[in-house]
Amino acid sequence: MMKNYRFLAVGLLALGIVSCEPDLDNPIDETGDVYENGEADFTHYVALGNSLTAGYADNALYITGQTNSYPNILAGQFALTQETDEFTIPYMNDNAGGLLAGGQPLPGFNNRLVLASDGAGNNSPSIYTGMSATTDITNILEGPFSNMGVPGAKSYHLVAEGYGNLAGVQAGMANPYFVRFASSPQTSVMADALAQDPTFFSLWIGNNDVLGYATSGGVGVNQAGNLNPATYGSNDITDPQVFAQVYSQMVQALTANGAGGVLINIPDVTSIAFFNTVPNNALVLDAQTAGNLTAYFSAVSQVFAGGLMAQGVPQEQAVALASQYAITFNEGPNRFIIDVPVTQANPLGFRQMTEDELIQLQVDQSALASGYGSVNLTAEVQQVLGLLMAGETPTQEQANILFGGVNGLDDADVLDSTEISEIQTATASFNQTISAVANANGLAMVDANALLNSVADGGLSFDGGTVTATYATGGAFSLDGVHLTPRGYAIVANEIIDQINATYGATVPKVNVGQYGTITLSNEVQ
Amino acid sequence: MKKLLFLTLFGLAAAMTYAGGYRVGLQGQRRLAMGHTGVAVVDNAELAFFNPAGLVYLEDRINVSFGASAVFSDVVWQNEEFGQMARTDSPVGTPFYAYVSYKASDWLTLGLAAYTPYGSSVEWPTDWSGSHLVNNIDLQAIYIQALASVKISDKLSVGGGPIYVNGAVNFNRNLNRTLSDIDGNRANVTVDASGVHAWGWSLGAMFNPTDKLRIGANYRSEIIVEAEEGHADFSNVPDSPLTPFNDTRFDASLPLPAELSIGASYEISDKWLVAFDYNRAFWDVYQSLDIDFQDPAVPDSENPRNYKDANTYRFGAQYIANEMFTLRAGYYFDESPVQSGYFAPETPRNDAHGFTAGLSVNITEKLSIDASFLYNRFKEVNESYDYYMENGQNVPFEGTYKTVAFVPGLGVTFKI
Repeated sequence: MMKNYRFLAVGLLALGIVSCEPDLDNPIDETGDVYENGEADFTHYVALGNSLTAGYADNALYITGQTNSYPNILAGQFALTQETDEFTIPYMNDNAGGLLAGGQPLPGFNNRLVLASDGAGNNSPSIYTGMSATTDITNILEGPFSNMGVPGAKSYHLVAEGYGNLAGVQAGMANPYFVRFASSPQTSVMADALAQDPTFFSLWIGNNDVLGYATSGGVGVNQAGNLNPATYGSNDITDPQVFAQVYSQMVQALTANGAGGVLINIPDVTSIAFFNTVPNNALVLDAQTAGNLTAYFSAVSQVFAGGLMAQGVPQEQAVALASQYAITFNEGPNRFIIDVPVTQANPLGFRQMTEDELIQLQVDQSALASGYGSVNLTAEVQQVLGLLMAGETPTQEQANILFGGVNGLDDADVLDSTEISEIQTATASFNQTISAVANANGLAMVDANALLNSVADGGLSFDGGTVTATYATGGAFSLDGVHLTPRGYAIVANEIIDQINATYGATVPKVNVGQYGTITLSNEVQ
Repeated sequence: MKKLLFLTLFGLAAAMTYAGGYRVGLQGQRRLAMGHTGVAVVDNAELAFFNPAGLVYLEDRINVSFGASAVFSDVVWQNEEFGQMARTDSPVGTPFYAYVSYKASDWLTLGLAAYTPYGSSVEWPTDWSGSHLVNNIDLQAIYIQALASVKISDKLSVGGGPIYVNGAVNFNRNLNRTLSDIDGNRANVTVDASGVHAWGWSLGAMFNPTDKLRIGANYRSEIIVEAEEGHADFSNVPDSPLTPFNDTRFDASLPLPAELSIGASYEISDKWLVAFDYNRAFWDVYQSLDIDFQDPAVPDSENPRNYKDANTYRFGAQYIANEMFTLRAGYYFDESPVQSGYFAPETPRNDAHGFTAGLSVNITEKLSIDASFLYNRFKEVNESYDYYMENGQNVPFEGTYKTVAFVPGLGVTFKI
């Protein structure tokens, strides 16, 4: 009988030595075995920045956007290399995205955009109405938070005390997003970040120091030369010296305890979908309309020259000045007419757009279809044209009616060449600062400017196709045309990882861009 | 006894992949303990599956065998390039068998058999990296067969009979790698069909050149299970005419491939028996898993599989220790039918080494308890499934896979 028990014992032993859990030779979940953090210490990573850092997309901040923010993507990959603290995020309350203050909708902070479709090929970005906003900024979250990205923040806002003070929101002195998670009404973003004693940080700030100016069509002020940011409006360009000073200070503070980090520079705003969706030559005409417009502007030019001569201007000079208004139009695409300030050289205050000038995404498309950006051929205007054809000389009043037919694009809808050059000058200067500060402190530096230029210029290929800057379908830009999609943020995260690996001798793995989504479809819109 | 009955009933609800493809080679505890050899072993009613021709050589008038196994099998996947990892948390599969033979006359034995030779149950974490290929699958097929075994002479017999198959499938996967609703919940589809039936047959022959040596051959036909009017339920699809995925019906067919077995057994002494089986599973029939949705707005799903025929080589030995105990052990090498580049995580199978052992305890002369244990060893493998398409472009899903399976089983043999 002893023998029989022995058989059973052998059987049971056999059961005991096999494990049910399959084990790989090099499992990646044993942190540090496969991937190295190198000289970087990702134990406590804090991300500083603006909307791009917060994961803002589709004109709003919402939960899934925050989850797909590049800092959260990075934190997930950092955790494969070493033990890290949990990456905390001041999550919004919903995926609708709008803000409330004391139960009332906060003006200017609407729900996110979604792509609505009529099923017949007409798709339009629309505000999501499937649910009302539930994120109330008076509901202060308990921090600290690793993702300190504050939508709307400019460089100097990060060091501004009281930037999270609820009482300052209405006056525009505080930021409602920071109100939600500031440790106190008096604190600054930087103070809350430093209080966490980060071992590693990322800083992507300065975009709004030019972006507000750009998206407003340059209606703000270029503050170059004004060293007091307290006097700046939200649509102004920050003085490069102000930027340089505040930026260096921030990096100095962040690196004071020996923390490593990565600095991300400022993309060229002309590379974003916001300015590359409505082409400046979208005035598509048939032959007859083109002829009519050419005739109209020829009439404007002649009448204007006639008026000048009537005032005693020599004919040669009058014709030379008026000739700029004899704009010719051809069958097919033509560039729009824009309004410009009245000057001696351009007394009527309009001209045709030049090749590199840009129209912003939110321009009224139906207005464009009915004369906005060219001529408003009213009955009165036609009447005057009729008189001219009959060989009559128009009165001053009739001439004014004729000139009044010109319906140029407003300054706010257009980035003209002067504005573009102001923005590019400032951006180049900011980026010089960022590069110099990165070098001086031995930090990693990501050229987001070059990255987004390559997205705009041909696109970046991934395992499921190519990501381009084309609005709605390109994959990089969310429906606001300024902020990125999860896929766009994943591309940024991969570039950051590349630079961190190069600078710190780390082997942080990249993420699979194809597994990150783009825009969200929904017909739950008004 | 009650517990076994429970196991048997539970077996109706779940079965598990554990041989190449979705073949489940667990059709008898005694045979499994010998490496699942048995096309030329005359021992008990398990012959109903392995080679019905042998049933007529069973000495007793009535032979009954039934049992079930508990399949513990899991897979781990990782992609080192992107730092991704996932483990299956598959339910314990419980394939079963039940066989009865009745000696009607000296030359004729009749039988009935029920067994589960195909099945698969794999459960990946929902929305894992390969969720566009599979989140979870549960595939079952129960074979019920009537048998006749005819003795032509003491040296030669034939046997076989018609097979009725009743199958069910439930399969969930995400519609693609990214589509989700407003809250980020991934859009997915569940296809479900049950009570799907089909017919097939098996035929075997046994030749005994000496009283020590037996040679056997058995062929089980291919059975194509056609699911018609199954349910396709779509979840978390965005509310948009651009994604017109409404719940609909679907048609699909899944082949249960034919299998040929040839083998021999030799009685070395009163105590020792050795056996060898060669199986060839004709997996080549499984070229593509195509799901045809009835709603024309829902694009049909075509998933190339391109399986190839696969061989299994089995070896077993039996030692009669004493009146009470019979010990068995075996080994087999099981080729995967999956070709490189077609390694889909719904049946993540590479070549397997099977190590088996078991014993029978003769409670009385008539009643035995049969126990077996199988351990499957798989090599770690770097593989990919290259035929998932996105925007007209193949998007490979690749990584390192490692599978582990062990299968304890218990059965009863009864003879009068």
